[in-house]
This record gives sequence, C-alpha cells and structure tokens, in this order.
Amino acid sequence: MSATRALVLRAAGINCDGETVRALELAGARTDLVHLERVLEDPARLDAFSLLVLPGGFSYGDDVAAGRIFGFELRHGLARELRAFVARGGFVLGVCNGFQVLVDTGLLEVDAGARTIALANNKSARFECRWITLRAEKSACPWLVAGEVFPAPIAHGEGRLMVRDAAALARLERNGQVALRYVREDGTSARGFPDNPNDSVADIAGLCDSTGRVLGLMPHPERNLSPWNHPHWTRLPARAEGEGLSFYRRLVDAASLAPV
Amino acid sequence: MIASRTRSSSPATGAAANAWRVEVFRRADLSDPDGERLIAALTEIGVAGVVRARAGKGYLLPGTLARADVDRVCRELLADPVLDEARITAPGESPATPSRGAQRILVSKKPGVMDPVALTVARALRRIGLVAEDSIPVATFQAWELEGPARLARATLEHIGREILSNEVIEDLHLDDDALKIALPPASPRHGVVHVALGAADDERLLAISRDGALSLSLVEMRAIRDHYKAQGREPTIAELETIAQTWSEHCKHKTFCGVIEFRGERIDNLLKHTIKAATLELAKPWCVSVFHDNAGVIAFDRGQDLAFKVETHNHPSALDPYGGAGTGVGGVIRDILGVGLGARPIANTDAFFVGPVDLPPEKLPKGCLHPRRILRGVVAGVRDYGNRMGIPTVDGGVWFHEGYVGNPLVYCGTVGILPHWAAEKSVEAGDLILLVGGRTGRDGIHGATFSSAELHEDSETLSGTAVQIGDAIAEKRVLDALLQARDRRLYRGVTDCGAGGLSSAVGEMAEATGAEVDLDTVPLKYPGLAPEEIWISEAQERMVLAVPPEKLAEILAVFRAEDCEATVIGKFVATGRLALRDHGEVVGDLDLRFLHDGTPRPVRKASFTPPSLPDPGCPAPASAGLDHARACLALLASPDIASKEWIVRQYDHEVQGMAVQKALAGARKDAPGDAAVLKPLPDSPMGAAIACGASPRYGALDPAAMALAAIDEALRNAVAVGGDPDRTAILDNFSWGNCDKEDRLGSLVLAAKACKEAALAYGTPFISGKDSLNNEYRVGGESRSIPPTLLISALAIVPDVARTVSMDLKAPGSRLYLVGSTGADLGGSHYLDLLGLEGGRVPRPDLQLAPKLLRAVHAAIRAGTVRACHDLSEGGLAVAAAEMAFGGALGLELDLGKVVLELPPAREKAFDPDATRLYSQSCSRFLIEVAEGSAAAFERALSGLPCAAIGRTTTDGRLRIRGSHGGVLVDLDVEELRRAFLGSFQG
Repeated sequence: MSATRALVLRAAGINCDGETVRALELAGARTDLVHLERVLEDPARLDAFSLLVLPGGFSYGDDVAAGRIFGFELRHGLARELRAFVARGGFVLGVCNGFQVLVDTGLLEVDAGARTIALANNKSARFECRWITLRAEKSACPWLVAGEVFPAPIAHGEGRLMVRDAAALARLERNGQVALRYVREDGTSARGFPDNPNDSVADIAGLCDSTGRVLGLMPHPERNLSPWNHPHWTRLPARAEGEGLSFYRRLVDAASLAPV
Repeated sequence: MIASRTRSSSPATGAAANAWRVEVFRRADLSDPDGERLIAALTEIGVAGVVRARAGKGYLLPGTLARADVDRVCRELLADPVLDEARITAPGESPATPSRGAQRILVSKKPGVMDPVALTVARALRRIGLVAEDSIPVATFQAWELEGPARLARATLEHIGREILSNEVIEDLHLDDDALKIALPPASPRHGVVHVALGAADDERLLAISRDGALSLSLVEMRAIRDHYKAQGREPTIAELETIAQTWSEHCKHKTFCGVIEFRGERIDNLLKHTIKAATLELAKPWCVSVFHDNAGVIAFDRGQDLAFKVETHNHPSALDPYGGAGTGVGGVIRDILGVGLGARPIANTDAFFVGPVDLPPEKLPKGCLHPRRILRGVVAGVRDYGNRMGIPTVDGGVWFHEGYVGNPLVYCGTVGILPHWAAEKSVEAGDLILLVGGRTGRDGIHGATFSSAELHEDSETLSGTAVQIGDAIAEKRVLDALLQARDRRLYRGVTDCGAGGLSSAVGEMAEATGAEVDLDTVPLKYPGLAPEEIWISEAQERMVLAVPPEKLAEILAVFRAEDCEATVIGKFVATGRLALRDHGEVVGDLDLRFLHDGTPRPVRKASFTPPSLPDPGCPAPASAGLDHARACLALLASPDIASKEWIVRQYDHEVQGMAVQKALAGARKDAPGDAAVLKPLPDSPMGAAIACGASPRYGALDPAAMALAAIDEALRNAVAVGGDPDRTAILDNFSWGNCDKEDRLGSLVLAAKACKEAALAYGTPFISGKDSLNNEYRVGGESRSIPPTLLISALAIVPDVARTVSMDLKAPGSRLYLVGSTGADLGGSHYLDLLGLEGGRVPRPDLQLAPKLLRAVHAAIRAGTVRACHDLSEGGLAVAAAEMAFGGALGLELDLGKVVLELPPAREKAFDPDATRLYSQSCSRFLIEVAEGSAAAFERALSGLPCAAIGRTTTDGRLRIRGSHGGVLVDLDVEELRRAFLGSFQG
C-alpha cells in the first residue's frame, strides 16, 4: 500500500493547518500544505493527491459568513476540478471551517446546484469551545467504524447544522450521509446542550456526500492526538495516544487505495 | 492646530452618496439567536414590549452596479440560500417598510473606522470583475428590527441604540428614515512642511501648544525642546514635534520608572534599574536569553527553541471602546511576539481584566463611563474575536472586580511565543532598507501613546475617538504567515512592530544606532488626504517594520506577495545619526536621534506613603454577621472574583494548535478552576510550559509592598501547582497605577517595586520583561480618582515532563488531604472580611525564607509522582480551595480543622475566631494536596521539615464535611450545592 499523498489547503485566516498536517503525517500520509491561491493558479496540482483536506480556522476572517469567501473562491475558481477529483475516487475532509466551506460549495449536496444544508450561528449566539463526544453512524462513509464513540473538542460560533426542510433531512438519512452525531459520554443519544453544543438538527456533527468520500465535521479530531489533550486525562487510565489519531489513520488508509 | 484636525469628527464628504443597499436577515420562519440575545439585553436596561428582534447584516454596494449584478452578489456572496433572505434597495429609493411594521435601528461605522468586512467584500467583487482594483466602494452596517404590539418612541430606539447596539466613539446610529452613505474621513489639506513657533513662546504658550496638540508634554519638556531648536537657530516642524511627543510619552519612555525619585530621604535614580532589572542582573540565570531590551523577554526551552513572553496593557482605549480596545490590545501584544528577536511564533494568549462591579447601580455610573457589564462583555468579545481568528489559544487569565475600576478599567493582554535560539537577537545596519509590511495606514490611533499617558475625563469619549482603533485579525495573520517564512529564509536583519507612536516609534527605535531616511509619501494609505505627520504617528494596526539587506529585497517581496500581504519600501537606514522625513521629496523633519532618545529632561519627583490607619478588625465568626460557616462558604464561592468565569473561557478557543495539556477548566465536569495552563509546544519533547498569573488589588491600598509580594507568590504557586519548576520560572511585571505626579501614588509604586526586587531575589525568579501604565485616573467634576494600585504578575514556568502534571480536582476516595504552608491571621483585604463588610487587617505577606523552600518541595513531590491533585490557596482561603477540589472531582471530602496549625499574633488572639481564621485566612505560600495512601510516606519525606499537615480524607458520599477544632461539624454540604453556588452568578 503506497503512502497517501494529502493536500492541505490553507488561505488567509486558516489556523488549524499545523495540527492537521501533524495528524496526517502521524497517520502516515505524505502531506503538502499549499496556499489556495497556488492551486487556483494551477488546478492541475490536485492531480498528484488522493486526499484533500480543508482545515479549520477563520478563512478570510469568516467575513460575511463562516467559510463563505473560501467557498466563493472554490465555486468560482475550482468547482469543476473538485467534482472531477471526487469523481475519480479522491477523498475530501473538511474540519470546522473546512466543513463550512464544503457546505458552501455544495459538494455535500445531492444536487450541487440546489443547496439544502447550512451551518448557522450556534443557538447560544456565542462561540463555544468545549469537548464533546461523537458517535460514528452507519453511513456511506467507508472508513468510519459505525458505533464507535470518541471525544473531540469543538471550537466554533457557526456550527449549527440546519436543513431546508424535513424532506432534506430524510434524504440525508436515506442516502447514508449522516456520518457523525453528538452523543453523551456513554454513547447514548444527546440530551440537548451541551451534548449537542450548537443545537444542530438531529444532533448531526458530521455529514458525508452520497459517495461517502467527502466528509465534513465541526469537531476537531486533530486536536486530540496526544494522550494529554483530553481535558481530564489525569482522571483516565493511561492511554498511548489521543482518540483523534485513529480517525486520521483510517482516513489516510482509505485514501491510499484511491487512484491518483 | 494639529489637534483640531486630527480630532475632527466633521461629517463625511466626497463619497458615493447613492449606493445599492442590501440587508440580509435570517428567513422569517427561522430562529435568530442574535435577536433573542438582544431581547434579553433589552430587559436588562428596562425596555419592555419587544417580542421579536432580528439581526441583519447590511451592505452598501457601488451605485454603478446593474440590478442583475446586485442580485448575483446577493445570491453568490452575501446571502445563504438556505438560511437568509436579502432585501435590496436601489440607489436613491427608500427602503421598503419592514415586515409586520417592525422598527429598524441601523449602526454604521464612522468615516475612516476600519471595516474589514467591507474590504473583503470589495476584494470578492474585484475577483468577479464587478469593481476596479484599489477602490473601496463598499461599506457595511448592522440592521436591527424590533417588533412588538406597540411602536417604540424614537427616544427609546435611540436609547437602545446607544446603550446596547452602538458605540458613538466609532459608530453612527441611524433610525430607519436616515440616509446611509459610503463615507470617507475628511481630508487634511496638503501642507508640506509646517513649523511650530516655539522660539518666542513663554511658558503659558508652550503649555497651550502641548495641550492643543494633544502632545502630553510637560512644561519642562516643552522648554527643553524649545531650547534645543533655539540652539540650532530654527523652529521644529510639526512632524518633529509630534515625533518627540510620541517618543517622550510616558507610554514609550517610562519617565516615572526611569526618572529620579526622592522617597523617605532616599534619592532613587531610575527605579526600574535599581529594583526589577537589578534583581534579574544579580540572579544572572543562564537560561535567560533576552531580558528587558527587546519587545518581549526570552528564556531557553528545549531542542534549540526558546520561549518569549510579553504582557501589555490597553486600558484607556478599552475604557472608550471595550471591543476595539481589547482586540487591538491582543493584536498589539501578538506583534510584540512577532517582533521579538527575528520573530517568534505565538502559541498562547493570556488576558486579565480589572473592572467595576457588574451589578453597579446605574445612578452610581459616572458621566461619560460605560457600565462595567458592558465593558466586560466588550473586552471579552474583543479578545475572543482577535485571538480566535489568529489561531492562538487563550489559555489563562483572570477577572477582578472593584468599584475603583468603574471609570478606568484595566485590560492586560499577554502572548507566549516560541522561536529558534538563533533568531533571538536582531540588528540593523546602515544601508538596510526599511520595509513596511501589513495593514495600510489611516487616521486611526492618532495620539494613542500620548492619550494613554494622560488622565481620562468626561469628554475623553468625544475628544479621543481617533485614539481608538478596530483591528483586522486576518491582516495580522497574513503578516504572521509571511513573516515566519521570511525569518526562516533569513531575509531580514531586524524587525519591530508598529505600536504606540506608529512609524515614529518603530523606525525611531530601530534607527537609534544608525539613522534613517523615510519617504512618507510611499506609505500605502487606506484613503487619501493624510498629512505627513499623521502618516508618521498613525497607530493603524497590523503593521510591522523590517530592516532588509538590499540584496534580499526581491525575495522577501515575493514571500509577502504570495501571502497576499502588502510590503513596501518606505526608506532606508543610514549612518547619519539623524531621522530625516520627506514628503514628495520635501524635507518635513530632520531630527537629531541623540536628542530624541536621550534629551528627555529627568525631573525629580517626590514620593511619600502613609498607610491608611484602619483598626484591625481581627476575624470574627460568621455568626457576627448572622451567617453560619456553610452559608459563608457558599457566599464566597458565588462572590464575583471567585465565582466561575466559564462564560468567558468557553468563548475563547483554548484548544487551537492542539498543545493544551492543563486547562483553565478542570475536573470531572470540566467546570472547576484550574490553577494554571500547561502547553506542550514541541511534539518531540516531553517538556511543557506553564502559564500563570497573580494579582491582589484588594491589598494594594493597605500595603503596596505586601501586595507585590503576594502577587508574585500567587503567580509562582499557581505555576508550581500544575507541575512548573520554580527554579526554571520567569516572571513579568505589569504595573497599573494612578497619576504618579502625586506623591502618595508614587510612594506606593516605589514600595511595590522594591518589594518586587526583594521577592525576585528570595525566590530566585528573574523578571524578564514588564510594562507600566500610569495615570489610570478618572476625573469626575473637579475630583480625580485613582484606580487601586494594581500589579499583575505573569509567570512562565518550564515543566520537565507534561506526563507528570497534575490538575486541582480530587481524583479518588480514600486519599489523604494535606495542607502545605503555614496559616496566620492574614485577613487584610480578604474576601471573608469583605463578606462581613469589614475593612483593614494585616495583608498576607509571604515568609521569604520559607516560601521558596515550600515551592521547591511541592514541585519535587509532584515530579516524583506522589501527588494526585494540587490546588493553591488564594481568594477565600482554605474553605474555597477545599470546596473547589471537591466539586471538581465530584467526590466527598472530610476536613478536621483541629489539624490545621494556626499562628495568631500574641495579645490579639481574642480578636480572631480560630476556626474562621483557619477557614478564610489568605496566608500566602499554601497548597491543598491530595495524596494516595500508598504515596503518603514518600510525600511526607519530600515535605519533611516544612509546615505540612494531613487535615482530611476524600470520601465517597459527595459531601464536604468540615469539623471544627472543638469537634463540632461547621460545614456539611452536598458538593453539587457548592458547584451550583460557584456556577450560579453572572455568566455574561
């Protein structure tokens, strides 16, 4: 199995590129960190990679809306190439701001032209930074292990998943696009805030597209790589690594099988 | 003259009056959290009758666009297709009446106030070819819609606008029938070189020139300047006078700390040199890499990397505009870190606020002041939005509340950075080019340095608007991204940030050893019409100055271009010893750098101090105030200084960069107060960095020396409590004092500074950097009120192995609980006496012989792995620390006060109820430590010979039970009740 080539796309205001690159490299990917402008100048750069990662941050200050400008740039400068990248079997991960960008581009929609999904400001109307618990759901995403429960921090002001209508939500469920849910620490369903920190519909924390190869989530598994990241690791039995590392390992392994 | 122009708030001119107006609201059928928050705020200021509020984002787009273009911009850029609805008003038309007869309040930025969103939108419009390069034809505003059964009076709408939605320092308020304009600030007439007539000026005239020009120069200083130019046979130009005013300002020059002081028969020539710096020099720690002379202090870390640390104050701007003031405070201290040595990567922020009581009755609010509640929310939001956008975790800090801060809040912003050891020093050589990078220059922050060196007064708000700035965090992130690449490619020799005084200070400092020529007309501007001296002293944010060898220019310009960050050569360093300023070739200033830096007169100041003569109230039992110990404990946990700050911590991204090992919120429910933050900066090193702070503003008025000692002791024990090594700890001093021209203020400053030296030497802990902010006074009517003298101590401690760090929450039932350190009658300035409404008493003062031994022993025990949990005793004493550890661990705890050794002053014993003193005394250098039964022997060995007593055990029953020294149960409370008390107060 040849090493996965991962491309981490950054832009002004992206600020989780450091821990994201670290996660991918620890997981075995050969990782390039490249500025969006370089790829807009030369979209063919994408061809060398089987995994594209949009990290967290405040791209362009999240001016107008979170991820809007980054999404606008992709929609105008890279839309065709991105669809081709996914079509040829490439994997895409968007974390936090990256998830907001993915939603904005329509890559997670069945019909990219008609948006039905959005990430709105948190119900608390506040930026929230706290650790939450995730459960991987039975979904189209080939590399998540359904039923697995793991902790990760969230840090966002606009992470409240909303859908156009009930039909849109039903379609997400039907297509197996609901990949990750906020749950309680014991893995049972969330009971409102703070389990579900932003009041996302149906406790949804992460969505994939219908192919399963494009995944976006609000929480930050890349901030839980070491045994000492967890907020009360001093209360836990000794761990060899943070739970976020296996998340990235599975992604990188899955992407290593993708054609380049 | 200068002043009347720079302070101008005349109406906007010359801009596109008729623009497309777009307002984007949430779809009417969706919830609008911001609107709901507004309704809550309305009830707070007593406005009833609003049942629904909606927050809209407003944009003014160029009137030249076609309707189809505007539709497209809304669809593709401004409005979310799922969430939003956009209302478009054509140029000249008046906006459609809002739905359901809602009333609208609009808030727009004043001309020239930074509008990052407008710049971003304009950039996007350029991207799709709708507007030309380099024009800024876009403005933004907030649109609020209020609905209720009855229409609100116009006066009520204005009240809401002023109290909640806008700040008249930087924003204009409109009710819906007002027209909105895309506006630019008034232009200053181009005037080339202008001289200021000092030669013939008498003292009165000199003072008038200083005052009218907002120069904050004293008579002695104005005379020195006059005589300097007389000797040269000419008058100074405006640019020269402004440069001198900036450089000589208290803010930049620290004239008080470095001046001559007469105190109790002693003549102190340079207080800073003889106290704080002297201690560092004497300690001569080999791991101190760079102290005092750069933008931050630097200590050695690991793997060839050093750590830099700096804390700044941003008090006066935050008083006028809490959001912008705190935001630019954060931005400024981050630039200090980017500008230390050849630049460090920021890895953590720390912030401390001192504000008035959030429940201050409106009638007690002095004219021209913002309410403490609004100030605190504003500074928290400012720190949040700047720090979070920069991707720097805000990991530590504190908030203190006191009536003395109502007119003059204190905002401290600190940043820690990491840099390779080779990059710790900088230089400048004649022939290097002066490269200005980052944001553009506008008329913002004019006279910030001189303004922050003067006293606040009722009209500060209206007069000093230009001293306030709005930051653009992403502009600074671009600088960070580009600068560190250029550093690692060694493309420049020196760097510093543009802070107070703008280019005049930055270039003036860098050129001190050489000289410089600057062409002011080459500085990129936000808008036309700035006079040369305005360009020179503007404190526009997000700018830094580099010294670039000519042969590296092309390469460094390419690096900055690739990050979309502007970089411009504005002059060069030359070996003339002079600072030459040109505007379109014309010389508008030519200063002798020796006079600029060394010509400051050093007047002799007198200092005195008489401690307030308050009787010592002792320590009565709570019964004296109709309380029992249980209710006293609950009341202390709920008191503002002690109660949970979770609402603040959660708004800060404290996890970004993935380095946080110990955090501000600890325990089973992540809601107990950690003592300090620990970061693990290097993936390949087990070492960590602990960041802690200490302050005790309630002690200062009683005993400034003891306050300083106590603050240092607190910062150190916080760092040690999580695993920091007291022998590898450096500290920063940040003094915020009143007007030190007044003898009593200066006297307490001297006492505090001397105590700093004493403590630094005793603990073996060097100061590596610091800052003082004086003149923190507020004038109401004729009377000038000083803040309580406030010393913030920030500590940066090396942690040998992060795997051995500990948190403060109890871990398991059946452990022993040890009290380390000695407990005495130290209730002066304590929260317990405050609760009882009593004043006076002996202020806690660490035993400088014993304290260092205690810190080292506790560290050794933690390092040896014998400690399960460790918490320092500070505000509220033993009672509060025990309660926090118990609910932190969701475990029970039994304490026996009979085991607590108490030292009372002979002859006054009767005044002190023994058990109340044991529970609430705030004696320094104490820890509460959980130790597993099996580790008890090893732990006791580590503490042998030091005051250390096993005073309790952890239990399974979830109750805090405290037995008095005579056996009776004084406290028996469910830990969940303690938690509720701690979490129950003001949460924003």
